[in-house]
Amino acid sequence: MLAKRIIPCLDVTAGRVVKGVNFVGLRDAGDPIEIARRYNEQGADELTFLDITASSDDRDLILHVIEAVADQVFIPLTVGGGVRRVADVRRLLNAGADKVGINTAAITDPDLVRDAAGRFGSQAIVVAVDAKAVNADNTRWEVFTHGGRRPTGLDAVEWAVKMAEYGAGEILLTSMDRDGTRQGFNLALTRAVSEAVPVPVIASGGVGTLQHLVDGVKEGKADAVLAASIFHFGDHTVGEAKAAMRAAGVEVRL
Amino acid sequence: MKVAIIDYGMGNLHSVLKSVQAVNDAGAEVFLTSDPDEVVRADKVVFPGQGAMPDCMRELNAHGLAEAVLETTRSKPFFGICVGAQLLFEHSEEGDTPGLGLFAGDVVRFAPGLTDAAGERLKVPHMGWNRVFQTRPHPLFAGIEDGERFYFVHSYRFAPATGALTLGESEYPDRFACIVGRDNIFATQFHTEKSHRAGLQMMKNFLAWDGSV
Repeated sequence: MLAKRIIPCLDVTAGRVVKGVNFVGLRDAGDPIEIARRYNEQGADELTFLDITASSDDRDLILHVIEAVADQVFIPLTVGGGVRRVADVRRLLNAGADKVGINTAAITDPDLVRDAAGRFGSQAIVVAVDAKAVNADNTRWEVFTHGGRRPTGLDAVEWAVKMAEYGAGEILLTSMDRDGTRQGFNLALTRAVSEAVPVPVIASGGVGTLQHLVDGVKEGKADAVLAASIFHFGDHTVGEAKAAMRAAGVEVRL
Repeated sequence: MKVAIIDYGMGNLHSVLKSVQAVNDAGAEVFLTSDPDEVVRADKVVFPGQGAMPDCMRELNAHGLAEAVLETTRSKPFFGICVGAQLLFEHSEEGDTPGLGLFAGDVVRFAPGLTDAAGERLKVPHMGWNRVFQTRPHPLFAGIEDGERFYFVHSYRFAPATGALTLGESEYPDRFACIVGRDNIFATQFHTEKSHRAGLQMMKNFLAWDGSV
């Protein structure tokens, strides 16, 4: 049967991979091409690049990174960050991305998702949903923008369902209250979204241990799990993550 | 040796080109082309495709490539990938689209409401790494384990009219044909160019293949 996927995420700015806690306090984690090759060798099922470049002057740097990675790494590549127009999607796909992540622009202009999916196919469009619990018992979640600082008033589950209807081929769901904390995914949120949408869900945000990855699949019902810091700073290899998942009875590609 | 990768404007073929070049030990001339004459003159042909089948069929015709594709399938080693493989059938449910009609059968959507053995819902598109079982021997399976995983991303699947076309199967949750072919034609639903070592090995085998089985 289909394997659950492990996806290392590379946050890239000014041509370097960085990692911070809740999007602040960035630490340099190295050269994106070198890191991509290493994860590929370790058996990563896909790679996700998030362009967090603030300045538009440096926007094209990510294109060069993707081109270089696509030349040597033969697994699926997803790129997100700063995608606002259909032309942005096209540029990233032309650089070698297989899928493009759309986040804030999907909220301000949902038709962008429909247009991009119509033009390039749903398989190429991932909608990133950044969500946080908005009640104490963690049963209601709202979509946030700007690194989790700005509420949108959108219910996260309803929003994910709507985006799948608009043509998203996959949902990248980030637990914003967990991102960078290494406390594990928001499992109730992950499960609610995964059970509501017909398309695959990638769980993201908060992975600190290999057990968190297992929990994301078994408890959160995610189709794939995404993590950054546990891989970047040498805590674990992708191979170790897969061995842990398999030991827990999760089907993985070894 | 000339290896043509057919480019009819459906998506970026950079990865397909690079993956063929990565295993091109024999120094073949590997190139992207949308010129029907170049396709016909090539020694081997790779026929990729992504996106929706109606768009692919329309663009193939707009580029005047349908006849060239059919001509190459008569004799040259031919490798169809994803929608490039689906186009070889008679018809697709996707947009009720007629295909090239080389293979008897249809391309059909995965049924809604699929569940696995544990009762868990299966998502569509079928996206990710799944096992490929070799249902009959083929030169392109050299060095590839039976049950090896390849990368899939699709909502529609092959439904060949006869089992004689099936070379490989996957499971989601039922067995379905994911490699079809006959004689000099070999076509996969999965993406060899995104399937890491196993995909590269299959493409390497294709470059070494003389088209006989």
